[in-house]
Amino acid sequence: MSPQSPSDASLTRRTLLKRTLLGAATLGLVGCDRLSENDAVVRLLSSAETLNLKAQRLLAGRESLAPEYPASMISPVFRPNGTIDPQTALYQGLAANDFADWRLSVGGRVRTPLQLSLETLRSMPSRTQITRHDCVEGWSAIGQWSGPVLGDILEQAGVHPSARYVVFHCMDQLDGEHDYYESIDMVEAFHPQTLLAHSLNGEPLPVGNGAPLRLRVERQLGYKMAKYLKGITLVEHFDDIQGGKGGYWEDRGYTWYAGI
Amino acid sequence: MSGPTSFDNSVTRRRRHRLPVRAWHWINLWCLIVLLLSGLQIFNAHPALYWGSASDFDAPWLEMYAMRAADGSIDGITALGPWQFTTTGVLGYSGDSVRGFPAWATLPSYQFLSMGRIWHFFFAWLFALSGALFALYALLSGHFRRNFWLDRRDWRGLGQDIGNHLKLRFHAHAGKYNSLQKLSYLSVVFLALPLMIVTGLCMSPTINAAAPWMLDLFGGRQSARSIHFITAFSLVLFVIVHVVMVLLSHPLRQLRGMITGHVPRQSKSSDPESPS
Repeated sequence: MSPQSPSDASLTRRTLLKRTLLGAATLGLVGCDRLSENDAVVRLLSSAETLNLKAQRLLAGRESLAPEYPASMISPVFRPNGTIDPQTALYQGLAANDFADWRLSVGGRVRTPLQLSLETLRSMPSRTQITRHDCVEGWSAIGQWSGPVLGDILEQAGVHPSARYVVFHCMDQLDGEHDYYESIDMVEAFHPQTLLAHSLNGEPLPVGNGAPLRLRVERQLGYKMAKYLKGITLVEHFDDIQGGKGGYWEDRGYTWYAGI
Repeated sequence: MSGPTSFDNSVTRRRRHRLPVRAWHWINLWCLIVLLLSGLQIFNAHPALYWGSASDFDAPWLEMYAMRAADGSIDGITALGPWQFTTTGVLGYSGDSVRGFPAWATLPSYQFLSMGRIWHFFFAWLFALSGALFALYALLSGHFRRNFWLDRRDWRGLGQDIGNHLKLRFHAHAGKYNSLQKLSYLSVVFLALPLMIVTGLCMSPTINAAAPWMLDLFGGRQSARSIHFITAFSLVLFVIVHVVMVLLSHPLRQLRGMITGHVPRQSKSSDPESPS
């Protein structure tokens, strides 16, 4: 006979199981936080971004349009997020004069650099679209946006074949130190719904939503749609801009491709 | 014959689960744990759910928030439609911070949306790809037809099965899956798991451009987000029931079967799982 009676054995087993489960749960929590701080793990997990981009591009193609909505579905309040009242001296100065002295510069790898006033942008052929804005936090709002199609402006400037990304430079600083910026690739830049919007719901863009001009990239999340634009540059790569990840939030851990 | 009822030549052990079933079971366990915890991290970035296309911030059907009580302390509140519940310490306010779900339910434990998203999408791919492979195997190998398809006898036995479960007698059709088991496994594999993937994709603005009909199917992006959340919790419920059932019917033997693929054969008289 074994020195241990069967009931003892099962008791030990049960205690062991309980302790194992408890230990595993605690270890799991601490472990996952540790893993989230490990560069190699984060790099491995981030590889899904490339899969997301490739798979979604394959499914959506270059031209598929984001859904557009009837006017009756426009959100009563289009919730402003991120910076809602830029405090930089540059912005305050330009806003005081109702952006009459503001110019959008278009430069970098283009044949003809441009300086566009708000008046010029408003008189250009524009597109109006009622689309849904999805914040990375999870909420959505529907608004009507008007403005010139980015592709038209890029064509006017003449894009150099070496240009791979369009970088958007902004006048606001979320952390009071770094200018907000964003970047998109040429597929998104020449998408028919990618606008430089000067109007929201038929009115000039309110300050909270990015006055005088903001980007609309309708197939991606809200943080891609830079507000308070001051300049656009076409670049071959964005490694040398601020944190090198292609955007303010990207430099702080968010994925560059924000199609999901 | 094969599957749970099959026997191998050994006298002392019998075949229980095949390798693809076991592999998928354990991969799925890890995927679902990570997807749930990182999903709750993502939910916490805006702990409110809506129906329709856009968010009507005045009318979420579920919302978690914090409120200062009369005595100055902070209460966590969960509002479900018109009802409000005080859920301090778990939902709305926990660990001295305003957050939907508490630290022990999110990955990472602290508020870190971008990291939650990175975990979520990596494991979403793992979950979708392994699920697709398993579905292919299960359909082609006959695993579903043999072990999960309900024949006429199963449908007739359904009432008796429910009765047995209510009486906490779980061994009636031991050795092969009973009708309720078949129904719950089928609805998880063919309904809940695919629904998680599809509603997840429906929250992607790029997928919305590629397949706008998906939005119509679920009634808009915010509805898809709500259904994603509800289905996730129905899976949590399934896992709880599943684990309780295992614990109530020879847990170590079951665990062994799902790990090694074999269970020890017991003597005929005492074997509750011999086919009847």
